[in-house]
Amino acid sequence: MSMKSGSLGRYIAMRVALAIPMIFVLLTLVFVMLRVAPGDPISASSGGAKMSQEKIDELRAAAGYDRPLIVQYGDYLADVVRFDFGTSVSTNQQVSDVILEKGGATVTLATGGLVFALLLGIPVGLLAGRFRDSAFDVFARLFGIITYAAPVFVVGLLAQQLFATKLGWFPLEGETDPLIANDIPATTHILILDAIWVNDWEVVWNVLWHLILPAATLGLLIVGVFIRMVRVNLIQTLRGDYVEAARARGIRERDVVVKHGFRNALVPVITVIGLQVALLLGGSVLTEKTFNWPGLGKQLIEFLNSRDYVAVQGLVTFIALVVVVISMLIDIINALIDPRVRY
Amino acid sequence: MTTANGTDSTTRTGSGTSRDTTAPVLAARDLRVWYGSERGPVAAVDGVTFDVRPGETLGLVGESGCGKSTLGRGVLGLLPPGAAVDGEVRFAGKNLVDLSARQLQQLRGPELGLIFQEPMTRLNPLMRVSEHFEEALRTHNGDLTKDEIRTRALDALRGMGIPASRYESFPHEFSGGMRQRIMIALALVLRPAFVVADEPTTALDVLVEAQIIQILADLRRNFDTALVLITHNLGIVAEACDRVAVMYAGHIVEQGDAREVFANPQHPYTQALMRSTISLSTTGLHYIPGSPPDLAHPPAGCRFHPRCPKAMKVCAQEAPPEVLLPNGTRNTCWLPVPDMTTADGRRPLEVEEISVADEA
Amino acid sequence: MANLPTELVAPTGPAGTAAPKRAGRGRLRRTFAPILEAHGLARFMLWTGIAITGFFVVIAVFAPWIAPYGYDAYESGGERFPKQESPGGDHLFGTTVQNFDVLSRVVWGARTALEVMVLAVVFSLFIGVLLGLLSGYFGGWLDRILVLVMDTLFAFPYLLLAIVAAFMFSDVPGGGIVTAALAITVVYIPQYFRVVRASTLSAREATYVEAARAMGAKPRTIIGRYVFSNVIQSVPVITTLNAADAIATLAGLGFLGFGIQPTEAAEWGYDLQRAIPDLGADMWWTATFPGVAIVLAILGFTLVGEGLNDVLNPSMRKRRIRTVVIPPIAKPRQVVTVAAMPAAVPAQGEAPAVEQTEDPATPGASETGDAPASATGEPQEEGK
Repeated sequence: MSMKSGSLGRYIAMRVALAIPMIFVLLTLVFVMLRVAPGDPISASSGGAKMSQEKIDELRAAAGYDRPLIVQYGDYLADVVRFDFGTSVSTNQQVSDVILEKGGATVTLATGGLVFALLLGIPVGLLAGRFRDSAFDVFARLFGIITYAAPVFVVGLLAQQLFATKLGWFPLEGETDPLIANDIPATTHILILDAIWVNDWEVVWNVLWHLILPAATLGLLIVGVFIRMVRVNLIQTLRGDYVEAARARGIRERDVVVKHGFRNALVPVITVIGLQVALLLGGSVLTEKTFNWPGLGKQLIEFLNSRDYVAVQGLVTFIALVVVVISMLIDIINALIDPRVRY
Repeated sequence: MTTANGTDSTTRTGSGTSRDTTAPVLAARDLRVWYGSERGPVAAVDGVTFDVRPGETLGLVGESGCGKSTLGRGVLGLLPPGAAVDGEVRFAGKNLVDLSARQLQQLRGPELGLIFQEPMTRLNPLMRVSEHFEEALRTHNGDLTKDEIRTRALDALRGMGIPASRYESFPHEFSGGMRQRIMIALALVLRPAFVVADEPTTALDVLVEAQIIQILADLRRNFDTALVLITHNLGIVAEACDRVAVMYAGHIVEQGDAREVFANPQHPYTQALMRSTISLSTTGLHYIPGSPPDLAHPPAGCRFHPRCPKAMKVCAQEAPPEVLLPNGTRNTCWLPVPDMTTADGRRPLEVEEISVADEA
Repeated sequence: MANLPTELVAPTGPAGTAAPKRAGRGRLRRTFAPILEAHGLARFMLWTGIAITGFFVVIAVFAPWIAPYGYDAYESGGERFPKQESPGGDHLFGTTVQNFDVLSRVVWGARTALEVMVLAVVFSLFIGVLLGLLSGYFGGWLDRILVLVMDTLFAFPYLLLAIVAAFMFSDVPGGGIVTAALAITVVYIPQYFRVVRASTLSAREATYVEAARAMGAKPRTIIGRYVFSNVIQSVPVITTLNAADAIATLAGLGFLGFGIQPTEAAEWGYDLQRAIPDLGADMWWTATFPGVAIVLAILGFTLVGEGLNDVLNPSMRKRRIRTVVIPPIAKPRQVVTVAAMPAAVPAQGEAPAVEQTEDPATPGASETGDAPASATGEPQEEGK
């Protein structure tokens, strides 16, 4: 139980080591699902258009699909290690370039959704837990359930109709007004950061203005999870032993609730953020489609529609890696915040 | 005080030691603490009267669920929602039962302290030891400077054998015994006049237990703190308590000088309790047949009568009086006062009646 | 030194030795009893959810009789439906750009959703429970690999997983409905797997399995019963919430264009996606009706699931506790002083001198605060 120097370093090393088999399994799953599945990439990408068998064979050989699966699997793993996610059959682009180009918009949207969910979910959850079984609590729980139940695209369409078409408060779709951001050099590939970098505040505000509706739509998908978790945590924390002990020392009720209750109830939020990343990324596919947001999700749908197996496999691989890495990072951040986790 | 009076048995057996004449720090009269439950009110503490004087330790013993812990928390006003307190708890000229939540909160800490059974989970895991002390001292002594807080906290910790170098550590870096000593230091840094220690050693191993008991003994010697020591360990009572109160099903059935009660237990429950105690001289294992009553529906009359080997007819009908014996022991029982009952009432309770009463 | 036993109770037989056969049925009854006893928000959610779900199921089952036309009908009696007609007349919910009758599409859509949902739940329940049992019962490498695979699937964004799976299963026999159901199945297997594996593991460790084995019962039978009685508690909640998710995922797939083709069956997500251009042209009905249908169907199952969860999860169950009102003391405390210590065994009839006093130290009457001493008079004065 004693404090050892470097315990944090050891924890991080352990956590990274733990992620490796997970990544391996993920990559294998992606490969199996997309490559072993019926149909092969070349004939699939040809779509309805009839190609001659020779032509197909030629393309297959060029792409290496005529080799044994196990060799292809080895190549795939080796490529992923080098961050090579293949080349799109439909657009001839490197998938890694596509990720760089479109990833920024998805990061912006997902971050916006997460921030919205946290800003709304934490206070609502804390109040609901503090005043358990009050009218507000009942309202908060129903709100969380309904927002979780309503699909992203229904909420998105509704928001578009109301706030964009009818009221005109927000733009209907897209990440910016047309052409406005063409001159911004791609430094981070996240438009809003690039605009800040070159001090183009008009673009920054324009992106934020476009972001509000999709971010709120995506945020509503996960806000219920935060409300519920924060509420339950607070209720359990306030029943806890150290809270009773603090009361026994005559700590003011307000301090008990805020310093011992809120603070401790919010620690697991970080873990839950990690768990929501998957939901957030899945939801962003639908949000991007609904709001015509130029991110990876929209790109993925386009690749799927053109039956571009290679690009789909590349993107899915990348997204899987992102999920694993983020959940690992979250665990490490958690260890930094909560001293108990390291032991 | 003990040394002044010596250990002369006559002084002790008479209830007139000089300690008894000083005004009690805390005096409870007919204290009742009832819980709400799905099955209706639970009379966890149901009419309890006792005094605790400065520097005195009152041991509170009884089986699990007899209301010991509820009594301790009820005095400090630390009760779950739905619970109610009735009666009188006189402390520093005030009746604690009548105080508002805010007034009680201000008394807890500087006047009334509580030490818990389970030290492992009683410190906020995200707060350093130092932050716990700063919070407690700031709340009750708003004008202390940071240095003064540090000095007082380190003094209190040193008194418990926790070195100053551990002041900035987190709770999980301490062992159970150390955490309990930190909890005690945290309770004592505010110098309360009255402390309830709720089974402070139950969760700790034997060596640590002796250490904690020693600390509590020093405490009343050095600060004249009045202590209620809740325990089911009769050894601790014999060792560390001046007086003892035996609780059964929400009632104090017997209280008096600790040695007197141990040497000459009066109430059948106390006698049974002593018999079930395991010691080196134990020849067989004794237990009390039956189980403690459901406090949502306690038996009529004496609550112990369904399990009492000496139960009489009257015991099942009427609550017994509190009988003050010449040695100062108070025994709540019909047995010492046969002339207060009829001859019929003194007839032993039939076995069938016992089982019926037990079921009720 | 001497510790009192915490419970001074006569040692009785170990608790919970009820025969497993009984336990299973008892658990079942105990599981569903709280539903009828539910109150407050849980009750509201349960019954609202059951009402909505019931409505949905009725529509789905009787779709052929309720829907005025077929799901892919664009004409009736040789007469082509009007295009994008607003609600009213022959078409209560209006018509679409493809000349479909919106009401018929919505009604038939319920049937599609129910079919996919039932298939997906049955598939994932079957596969998840089977794998969970195998994994928990045999352990070893099989268990490790399955756990790793399931954890990975669980961590994967579920919609992406469903899309990829739909892509993968696009050629299975049975058409779009089976494809969609299989795609959704992949997403939910890990949940059942986890629950079943955990309770199989604990069943294997439970001592009474050992005991029953010693008595000659087959361990497989016992574990089966144990697992069943355990799983029956969590599965209803998971299943109803999964059913809600299945509808959402199906609609999501349809919305993205990877679902069921319109000629194959009516599907709300697809219809909603087709209705987006209409919204710009002020044609609200094509999007609103399928949208409302999706939300209602999901909400119904979610409410049932949440209500069940509230009812079955005892730690979060709200207890109905009324604040206690303590009645006044019926009989004041009686304090009696006796002059002599009683003999060890008081002889019958021997009456020690008794001085009886009503205790003055009832609340409020006490001035000095040391009532027990003053109440008795004599020894008190002796002390002074």
